[in-house]
Amino acid sequence: MLASSFYFLAFITIFFAIMVVLSKNPVHSVLYLVLTFFGISGNYIFFLDAPFIGMVNIIVYAGAIMVLFLYVIMIMNLNAQIEPKKSNLFRISGAITGGALLLILTAVIRQSDLAGAGNNMINHGNIGTIKLLGMVLYTDYILPFEVASILFLVAMVGAVVLGRREEGKITIGNIPYQK
Amino acid sequence: MSQIFQTVPIAHFVYFCSVLFCIGVVGVITRRNAIIIFMSVELMLNAVNLLLVSFSTYRQDPAGQIFVFFIMAVAAAEVAAGLAIITMIYRNTHSVDINELSRLKN
Repeated sequence: MLASSFYFLAFITIFFAIMVVLSKNPVHSVLYLVLTFFGISGNYIFFLDAPFIGMVNIIVYAGAIMVLFLYVIMIMNLNAQIEPKKSNLFRISGAITGGALLLILTAVIRQSDLAGAGNNMINHGNIGTIKLLGMVLYTDYILPFEVASILFLVAMVGAVVLGRREEGKITIGNIPYQK
Repeated sequence: MSQIFQTVPIAHFVYFCSVLFCIGVVGVITRRNAIIIFMSVELMLNAVNLLLVSFSTYRQDPAGQIFVFFIMAVAAAEVAAGLAIITMIYRNTHSVDINELSRLKN
């Protein structure tokens, strides 16, 4: 029962991920990506005993990042735009590249002995709780936590500086560059 | 140890994450819309997150889940800066086609 529900969720997640790449409309791509994230969060919550990570994944990715993508797409009014197609040569070579990567990864996984990768059974299935994760985060990993806040500050300032419209500079139409 | 690993071997999680990662790679290679390329990168990051959480649960080690937090933080910062760059490119060239960016080489 548990195994079959895992395979079902894995297959629909892979289906949504394929639809992200294949759909023509960028808005549809964003919505399929949200569904993919919901599938991954379902894996965290139901199968992997990590409910906190699952909730954070939904809130951060589906709630914040995807809304940001959706806003940018709607600001640029891309939903009606027909994307210029790459030639079939590029598409086929891209598919072959991805397939070759998957083949290599599969061969490596088959060769390796993953089941013997050492599972210590000290804690029994409760490592995903907020209490334990908070204890580990605020004791062992407190320095990377603080550095991440500096990273956010830099990203915020960078986004504001990049998104600012310069005063007195008028961009008319499609002026790419001047020699 | 979690219930799931008594019925589903850990290798199947690794295959699942590999497939998601390869779909992301194919998306980066084949699409020309810069926003969809960003979304494929997000898909690859999520595949790695899923792999980290599954091994974290398998080995009963919370460090993997802490690492997922940091990946999420870096991804959020990357999206904020990257979408600002894409918006600026769109403002200057009125397109998000990445082939427009080949003009940078002159």
